[in-house]
Amino acid sequence: MLALNKVRFQQGDFVLSADFLVPTGARVAVIGPSGGGKSTFLNGIAGFIAADAGKVLWDGEVMPDHPGRRPLSILFQDNNLFPHLSVMDNVAVGISPDMRLSQAQREKVSAALDQVGLADKSATYPRDLSGGQLGRVGLARVLLRQRPLLLLDEPFSALGPALKDEMLDVLRGILDATATTALMVTHDPKDALAFANQAILVADRCATAPQPIQQLFKAPPPALRAYLGSRT
Amino acid sequence: MADSTIAIILRIILGGAVLAALLVFSIGTAVAVATQGQGLGILSVADWLAIRFTLWQACISAGLSVGIAIPVARALARQSFIGRQGLITLLGAPFILPVIVGVLGLLAVFGRAGWISDFLTWAGFARLSIYGPPGVILAHVFFNLPLATRFLLQGWAAVPAERFRVVHSLAASPWAYFRLIEWPLLRTVLPGAFLLIFLLCLTSFAVALAVGGGPKGTTIELAIYQAFRLDFDLSKAASLAVVQFSLCGGVAVLAFLVPLPQTDGLGLDRLPQRFDAYGHRTADCIWIFCATAFLVMPLSAILFRGVGHIHNLPHQVIVASLTSLLIALTSTIVCIAMALSLALTFACRGIAARNLAEGVGILGLATSPLVVGTGLFLMIFPFAQPMIFAVPITASVNAMMALPFALRVLMPAVREIYTDYLHLRCSLNMTQWVWLSRIVLPRLRRPLGFAAGLAVALSMGDLGVIALFSDPDLQTLPLMLYRLMGAYRMDQAAGVAVVLVAQSLVLFWIFDRGGRGYVGSK
Amino acid sequence: MTTTAVAETPVLTILTYDSFVSDWGPGPAVEAAFEATCGCDLRMVGAGDGAALLARLKLEGSRSDADVILGLDTNLMVAAADTGLFAPISITANYAVPGGWADPYFAPFDWGYFAFVKNAELETPTNFRALADSDLKIVIQDPRSSTPGLGLLMWVKAAYGVDAADVWTDLADNIVTVTAGWSEAYGMFLEGEADLVLSYTTSPAYHLIAEGDASKSFAVFDEGHYMQIEVAGKLASSDQSALADQFLQFMVSDVFQSIIPTTNWMFPAVTPAAGLPEGFPKALSAKQSLIFSPTEAAALRNVALVEWQTALSQ
Repeated sequence: MLALNKVRFQQGDFVLSADFLVPTGARVAVIGPSGGGKSTFLNGIAGFIAADAGKVLWDGEVMPDHPGRRPLSILFQDNNLFPHLSVMDNVAVGISPDMRLSQAQREKVSAALDQVGLADKSATYPRDLSGGQLGRVGLARVLLRQRPLLLLDEPFSALGPALKDEMLDVLRGILDATATTALMVTHDPKDALAFANQAILVADRCATAPQPIQQLFKAPPPALRAYLGSRT
Repeated sequence: MADSTIAIILRIILGGAVLAALLVFSIGTAVAVATQGQGLGILSVADWLAIRFTLWQACISAGLSVGIAIPVARALARQSFIGRQGLITLLGAPFILPVIVGVLGLLAVFGRAGWISDFLTWAGFARLSIYGPPGVILAHVFFNLPLATRFLLQGWAAVPAERFRVVHSLAASPWAYFRLIEWPLLRTVLPGAFLLIFLLCLTSFAVALAVGGGPKGTTIELAIYQAFRLDFDLSKAASLAVVQFSLCGGVAVLAFLVPLPQTDGLGLDRLPQRFDAYGHRTADCIWIFCATAFLVMPLSAILFRGVGHIHNLPHQVIVASLTSLLIALTSTIVCIAMALSLALTFACRGIAARNLAEGVGILGLATSPLVVGTGLFLMIFPFAQPMIFAVPITASVNAMMALPFALRVLMPAVREIYTDYLHLRCSLNMTQWVWLSRIVLPRLRRPLGFAAGLAVALSMGDLGVIALFSDPDLQTLPLMLYRLMGAYRMDQAAGVAVVLVAQSLVLFWIFDRGGRGYVGSK
Repeated sequence: MTTTAVAETPVLTILTYDSFVSDWGPGPAVEAAFEATCGCDLRMVGAGDGAALLARLKLEGSRSDADVILGLDTNLMVAAADTGLFAPISITANYAVPGGWADPYFAPFDWGYFAFVKNAELETPTNFRALADSDLKIVIQDPRSSTPGLGLLMWVKAAYGVDAADVWTDLADNIVTVTAGWSEAYGMFLEGEADLVLSYTTSPAYHLIAEGDASKSFAVFDEGHYMQIEVAGKLASSDQSALADQFLQFMVSDVFQSIIPTTNWMFPAVTPAAGLPEGFPKALSAKQSLIFSPTEAAALRNVALVEWQTALSQ
């Protein structure tokens, strides 16, 4: 369980506070107007921004300071992969950043690539992959790391609708198999509905506790209503 | 349609004329030199040793500059501290600092009678001696370390922020950090940076003249100058010039294959990420401190010594200052006119034409001022006293030396305007005149100001061709400074150095500021 | 037309070395003294050190504005005469130059002995071999631009003959730097950048007489000291030929020669009526004086230069 205990994240002049729990296994969409602090929220949980008040806890324990020691994986919209490494190595850095793998680890990497349907691409370099394939390599790394918390910062928003659905399917497959808690920042209500059962609204310098997503969209608070516009 | 066709033809003629002029200046003078030279046979053992020394010191200087720049740039990229931005700006200063002033400052700090020697004597050690190869290399590192650091910082700034975060979230070891982030970055930036600095050290003249310390620290450029001014051996000067031209040409061909780093100084201001500094603070601080001290001490030494002597400078300083101003302004106008014609003609003419223009830029970089000077001298000598043309020749050679830098600033800016606004021009059916005067030039104001600032400062500080062509009655500020050093009037030399630095910086500031528009207007 | 020509003061241009025209050199006094009698404007132009004058002259050729070249020495005389740019002169004087003087193109104006100048209390070696073996640091001048630099080549050649190249190889690590001219080298020595500087036996007299400072002396070398005789000549292309002759005759007069000892710090070519000033050193014995004839020096110059350059390039 992820607990945000009266947390305040500060980035320059911008301050964001949060005080709530996210149950294990939840799939949560993080929504809200742009510039509202969605990425600050995610970067704070990941440890890239320090909490200057309050605590971030996982299963009752305060998360370590360094992002690399937190029990989580993170996927960005771009630049998740290293252009000078092969697909194989790009996935392998997930468990061994030095890229010195044991036989067992090597097999795990292959299995992860197999699972996202890229078994035949392991020697390829990112520049030769399509957008959908790049996303799958990132997901294979997440799969391999087996961390209980997954943070996604608009990972598929540059993809077309069909491709996006496909990626969401792969993602759902991974989450179903592992009971991972997932937080996904998105600006698209359709993606939020397709992926999540709960939603955190980040607006007005405040992240609110997760609520069932259907309910939230049915009766949006003023900040969300302004963001969604006349569509609801 | 007709008028635009004429305009295009006009533009091609103009750009072509500039190209032709450049070719005459670089290749033409080389041909003049080659026909006068009597082959490599007349070069003495000492000449060959000078050639070997030139290559050796350029290698060492470029290697050291780039090698030391790695930890310094890394430290600057990942540490945030008060004054970081100021320090990064300061890294740009040696580029426009007159070489002879830098040398004077280095002598004040590292010379036998300098600060460090004083300290060493006090501590019971022998004094330093920097005349000869150590001095040449020290000065080259002083001027090029900041350049290499800026190139590397640009490389760091070009790494997407997400990539750093991915690495941190993977808890990468220092080795993994190097493999994932730094190695690909260094592999992209280092070859070009090394090559560029190698080229700059290959054509170094003023440094070897001032601290070469005799035959053991003689570069080819200096040997050409000596063949002229000391032996009046024109065929030897010409033969050495042929060697110099071939070496530079060879490196230029290499430079064409390796992408050279951009020199526009953009994109240096991204702040470090929180975890970049993790566990490296002490080492990084030492690097930053040492590099800053190395750059700042010589300049402060000159300022301290020079400011008190400005009031008792010989009165010739005013004439020298005006001569420098005249040469610098003329060469800036010529340089900007050439760069603008080339940029407007070639920026949008496809890859081949663009390569041509870039090639000309590299040609300018690889052309040695003394080879051009020698060539012009040989072309004029049979008909007239070459010394009469000292001012126009110096101005045009300086313009050509600054051209590569101006071109690198202007070319991308012009290209951007064409990509961003050309459709607007077509849809509004603008005439050529309106397009140029209302869209292109106003949008170019800032890069033009910066390019002109670079050109004017480079020309102000130049001590090269003027040394070849000057007679006793004609002197620029750098030459006057050198002559005062020759008379060992170091206090007055420091005073002239302050005047020279002030004049260079003020001119750079005026042009750069002019490009940014007036305070308060948009 | 006639009126302007009459009103115009003739200008006599003298090309010389830098330290001659400096504020503390003979230039200002010479200019004032000559202009008082010639009804002309004497223009003295400094063009680097002595040896650079010859290169400059070759470079300008017959296009030169100069009328008189002042500051070459016997080591460069033949090369200078070979350019064909000089006009014969007939100057007569009662020369005090050792060995006497007779040359169709050049007249001497002063002379001296090269020596390494040092602080008086410093114990110094008494020959080049011992100097090369010591840790002492010296500053010398470039023989291509400076007449002392060239004189040093001749000195080593006169003392060591075919072994000169070896001496240079051994000396290389004692040399702090090679300067373009005498002024820079001497200034560096005064600021403590070297233990010894190549100058003249008469240089310590400057400190003694002009500054009342007896702290400088020169190192006496047992292989002898090479001599320098500085000369001037008239350019054939001069448009002020008569005035140039007048100047050269003035140069060996008592007025000019009296200025030399305490401004150029050399022995005057013609001993002034008032004699040498108090504290000025004595001439060395003939046994201690080394010099090549102008023809010998000309023949040796290129060989010696290549030896020097090669030894110091390593």
